[in-house]
Amino acid sequence: MDMQELIAPFARIIEDICTPSAIRAVEAGGDAAPMWQAFDDSGFLDALVSEDLGGAGVSLADAAPLIVLLGHHAVPLPVGDTLIARALLTASGARAPAGPIAIATGAGATPFADVAAHTLLGSPQAPILASGDDPVNGGQALRPIGAVLRALLISGASARVMDMTVAYANARNQFGKPIGKQQAVQQQLAILAEQAVAARIAAAIGVRSGLPPHLADAAIAKHGASVAAAQVAAIAHAVHGAIGISEEYDLHLLTRRLHEWRLADGSEGYWAGLLGERRMAAAAVSTADYIRAG
Amino acid sequence: MFDALSLSALPPEDEALRPALRTLIAGAIADLPLHRRARSWQGFDAAFSRKLGQAGYLGLSLPKEYGGIGRGPFTRFVVVEELLSAGAPVAGHWIADRQSGPLILHYGTEEQRRFYLPRISRGEALFCIGMSEPGSGSDLASVRSRADLQKDGSWLLNGQKIWTTNAMHSDYMIALVRTSGTNEDRQSGLSQVIVDLTLPGITIRPIVDLTGDAHFAEVFFDDVRLTPDALIGEEGQGWRQVTAELAFERSGPERIYSSVVLIDAWVRHLDAAGRKDSATLRLVGTLTAQLAVLREMSLAVTARLVEGESPVVEASLMKDIGTGFEQAVPQLIGDDLASNPDEPVDAELYRTLLYVTHIAPSFSLRGGTREILRGIIARGLGLR
Repeated sequence: MDMQELIAPFARIIEDICTPSAIRAVEAGGDAAPMWQAFDDSGFLDALVSEDLGGAGVSLADAAPLIVLLGHHAVPLPVGDTLIARALLTASGARAPAGPIAIATGAGATPFADVAAHTLLGSPQAPILASGDDPVNGGQALRPIGAVLRALLISGASARVMDMTVAYANARNQFGKPIGKQQAVQQQLAILAEQAVAARIAAAIGVRSGLPPHLADAAIAKHGASVAAAQVAAIAHAVHGAIGISEEYDLHLLTRRLHEWRLADGSEGYWAGLLGERRMAAAAVSTADYIRAG
Repeated sequence: MFDALSLSALPPEDEALRPALRTLIAGAIADLPLHRRARSWQGFDAAFSRKLGQAGYLGLSLPKEYGGIGRGPFTRFVVVEELLSAGAPVAGHWIADRQSGPLILHYGTEEQRRFYLPRISRGEALFCIGMSEPGSGSDLASVRSRADLQKDGSWLLNGQKIWTTNAMHSDYMIALVRTSGTNEDRQSGLSQVIVDLTLPGITIRPIVDLTGDAHFAEVFFDDVRLTPDALIGEEGQGWRQVTAELAFERSGPERIYSSVVLIDAWVRHLDAAGRKDSATLRLVGTLTAQLAVLREMSLAVTARLVEGESPVVEASLMKDIGTGFEQAVPQLIGDDLASNPDEPVDAELYRTLLYVTHIAPSFSLRGGTREILRGIIARGLGLR
């Protein structure tokens, strides 16, 4: 499957069904079934399932742009989680259920738990499907996967926040000119752009080793994306002024997710500790050699 | 926005350069104490530069017909990465290899190429860059040094440059000067000229920095006669040429590895001390993760250069975030070591920490200040 040809149609589907008002409706507890059905009908949910099991057999790296788009449009359902969960389930010989699947990797809050029909626990090789009100603990072995997934979502949301914030700075007048003409604002937006790019590169590191990702790659990806998420959200809100924190303005659809995804599946501090442990185990190797080895 | 920056892999033939290069570097740094290796960028060793040239590690992106190696930016990435992460002294050939050579190849006449490029590739023609002047730092359009065209086709150069790295050790300077119009004309009327630093009328005074080193210099031009072929590129196009040149300077791995000798020494210290508490491991992991992302960003910009682009905005973005990291390193490592005051620290590690701490402000100054770079990024975002 040539993913490049599928990205644009997938983006159109999302734009059609995940309008800001539709997102708000799902978040308010409305019926998410029609939105889910549209994703299911699109055929993309089995993209990562191998071809002999009825999927498209796409690699995680090739499917990454699709997951980035989910973040970009603040899709309120666990579409990325389900993409991965279906691949893991079918590879282990199980059948993937029809509804949305959230991936849970610890005792903390699980993204999309409220709108998921199932929760994936266990390990990449032996995934376990839990449903309903089962306690959602026991997916620690899935944490690197969750981290890379969240990094991709953060990368997409950060790029969108950058675009929105730049557009706002060019449109909003204060002191007789657009605030984007103020050097102080420009300096802040430059940092936002740097962090958005860093998040994208970090997320790309996370998918380069395939599914499941190498632990060090997942750590680098989630650390970089989480650091960026906090900065991108903070600068975007500062530039937007008070309108940015109002419910009616769409910015929070993205920035609330940036914060949620930053904290999900281990924050930057968690992954730094884990990477640091591995780095110290190879203390004799230079830092340059260590990061090159991946 | 900035979608052109994506993960890129170094070609296997470039990766294959590492073992032989390491052997060469190991010989050069074997006797250098840690605090000398931490100077890498500023470490001047003409003999080592010539050795690199003879072994075929300079002039990497210059064509073979001009004595170069005929490879490209990816090859240079590998060589620079090896040199800087080992802490080898690179100042001798640094500017000629990464800026002056490509500039002469791009804008020079056939005669200029044949005259300068083979010697740059052999590590025998050392260059410095005359951009800043008193009163004009990042505001290069305000330079006042002037080369006036004489009736016989020669140029008469007067003025002053400052903060010129290693001018006192260099054979040539490529200077940005005004050749027509007045200061009011800003960018137009500026040109680049190659100045033979042995010419009469040139005075070079080293500027001692706060670490006691002298890498910068002031250079005075008093009625210096330049031959007609001193002009490089087109008269009046100096601004455009300089802007493109700075993309070479701003994007490479040199913008992330300035503090890496200190990081490695600190990791070895932690290992020897057996310190493994969670705060320590987090800091080790933070620096490792950040460097990994920055390296991929630098490689992504290098890939744009390989494609023949002049990624001015991307290179500025890379340099700003990269130098921010380089500057954070001595602060964080200093805090870490001094947060454990009962743990003995080797005197050489401490000296290295202090050196990097004191010189770190220069990381974001050389090659364009942070605020100017952010202005360039803002323009790339469509804000200006």
